[in-house]
Amino acid sequence: MANIKLDDDSAVVVIGSGAGGGTLANELCQKGIKVVLLEAGKRESAASFQNDEWGSFGQLSWLDKRTTSGSWRVARDFSGLPAWICKTVGGSTTHWAGASLRIQEHEFKARTHYGDVAGANLLDWPLTLQDLEPYYAKAEDKMGVTRTNGIPGLPGNNNFKVMYAGAKKLGYKNCHTGRMAINSRKRDGRPHCRQLGFCFQGCKMDAKWSTMNSEIPRAEKTGNLDLRPSAHVLRVEHDKSGKVNAVVYVDGDGKQQQQKARVVCVAGNSIESPRLLLNSESSMYPNGLANASGQVGRNYMRHMTGSVYATFDEPVHMWRGTTMAGIITDESRHDPSRGFVGGYEMETLSLGLPFMAAFLDPGGWGRDFCRAMDNYANMAGMWLVGEDMPQKDNRITVHATEKDQYGMPVPNVNFTDHPNDIAMREHAFGQGRAIYEAAGANQVYPVPPYPSTHNLGTCRMSAKAEDGVVNQHGQAHEIDNLFVSDGSQFTTGASENPTLTIVTLAIRQADYIAGQMSAKAI
Amino acid sequence: MKQTSVKVDSPVGVSRRQFLKTGSGVLMGTLAAGSGVLATLAPSRSWALTLSTLSEIEGGKILKVTRGIFPHDTLDDAVYALVVKDLDAAAANDAGVASLLRDGLQQLDELASGDWASLDYLARENLVIKMAGTDFFEKIRGTSVVSLYNNEMAWAHFGYEGSSYEMGGYFDRGFQDLDWLPDPGADASPAKA
Repeated sequence: MANIKLDDDSAVVVIGSGAGGGTLANELCQKGIKVVLLEAGKRESAASFQNDEWGSFGQLSWLDKRTTSGSWRVARDFSGLPAWICKTVGGSTTHWAGASLRIQEHEFKARTHYGDVAGANLLDWPLTLQDLEPYYAKAEDKMGVTRTNGIPGLPGNNNFKVMYAGAKKLGYKNCHTGRMAINSRKRDGRPHCRQLGFCFQGCKMDAKWSTMNSEIPRAEKTGNLDLRPSAHVLRVEHDKSGKVNAVVYVDGDGKQQQQKARVVCVAGNSIESPRLLLNSESSMYPNGLANASGQVGRNYMRHMTGSVYATFDEPVHMWRGTTMAGIITDESRHDPSRGFVGGYEMETLSLGLPFMAAFLDPGGWGRDFCRAMDNYANMAGMWLVGEDMPQKDNRITVHATEKDQYGMPVPNVNFTDHPNDIAMREHAFGQGRAIYEAAGANQVYPVPPYPSTHNLGTCRMSAKAEDGVVNQHGQAHEIDNLFVSDGSQFTTGASENPTLTIVTLAIRQADYIAGQMSAKAI
Repeated sequence: MKQTSVKVDSPVGVSRRQFLKTGSGVLMGTLAAGSGVLATLAPSRSWALTLSTLSEIEGGKILKVTRGIFPHDTLDDAVYALVVKDLDAAAANDAGVASLLRDGLQQLDELASGDWASLDYLARENLVIKMAGTDFFEKIRGTSVVSLYNNEMAWAHFGYEGSSYEMGGYFDRGFQDLDWLPDPGADASPAKA
């Protein structure tokens, strides 16, 4: 492992070690570039992960103070927890379920295909599926995605059997155990999945790809990585010319440190990344870094989500095996005859008893609630995840008065569903119900969105500087040596789980940064 | 007929033997065997809860309120007692919580025009429901939603199996044992490694 001095201004400083930052750091290290990787959380491992929902939640989650506003139900039920994402080495790749789907061609051109949707701030991505295809292929190989590169699909569990039976009765054509970054066979030094049922809690088998178990150890082997866990970044600084040149963070001992930098890449997920840019305001950048357009923090997307659980006369034991065990992709097309633009995926999901109590009907109680819980062993479940509309006032701002443990303004997450999101959710609830009724459900429970796991779009890519924050390489329109390297870059949300695309963009960005550095452009 | 991992065949959901076995790890230091306040509420059970701030009578009443909010008819009082334990701890740390709970119990007596706790369980539940939305109700509901369902006794009752890593996951233990629906083909669900 490298030991890069605080006053060494030759390294790339990456903030955040999740899907974007962890991958980018490794890709740069492989090219011989020195990287300081700052991660606010601690370093865990398969050995320290817990098969315990609340225990793991306390171990891995980002629980710093946040506030919420807007009409979304999360603001009422989980007012201090707008997002369910992680503060740990590996970021939310420790917590993700592993679904690895490419964004579809038409979804990269949402404005072109969906038209002018009132109230939506739609834009085409400044890149195409063709631009990303070679990088998607690299990402799928790196992550060991099933049903790619000759890797067999995972065996389906009981929860999948229920979904499959209902899907077939409804005439759905595309239902299988998914493209998952979970080993179905031993691969890449990691064992195959043993169906523990705790994908969300950090995979204790290391069968699920994460930057913690794959990218970061690989980067460390190059000798070019200086990983600093428990390093909570407060702000990014710049020189008189306006280029960024240092990052200020609080280390594990509570001491403030300043790390010099040649290039800074922000990958703190779509709440912390814009917050950091906004909190880095200066006299030269009074609205925050990279924010001449005023777009930093705007167009916050969280995917149209919802869940459908159903109970049956016979046992299901849905918690046995992979959390996201199968998928139906038929609804992820753009077909406005359904009453909305864009599409959605249907993916099995299970929660353990403790989280089912918390999420089945947040705030719920009484006999109906208890009846559902009484039938927990006979329950099957699916998650609905679709494209939501970017809206300019769905945004991350920094709070005027509330401060975090370091005295920095906390982020506020403001979100209100677009009518398109609501229409899509209603349709998805209806289809989810139909699937389970076709499979013999005796009771169906539509479940409102959980705190956001797919946080996207708050520093979006745009062809024109006035429409977004970064260009097609994640490079700030305004500052050449400042990059955004996480899902904040997404111009639109698409219907697919975002991690594969975040990894893909990071691989592509590493090529670009290396090229720019060797050309002395940055 | 298929087997569930936990047979739900007794009024308390799990057999006494299994209940005590499951409980031994969880209740150590929480519910001490032999004596104490809640033993009187379930005289057939050899567990008890030691309270630090709430009185025996208050603890027993709060247990009944919790049953009214989350009425699982066959779930043993010992599981509800874990909620009382956590509320007692909260009351010990915060006098505001203690008075919130005591005031709420008093309000229930007022709604009952007498001793609420002496009513039958449906009558008790109907009055608890009238308290919905109050801070008292929300405090107990919010505590219960974690405490009631995050313990091994509840898991045994509801059939949830908890941690699986030590058992090698479900790879050889029934992750695809559902047999009341047709199996998907190998294209949709390939054979396991």
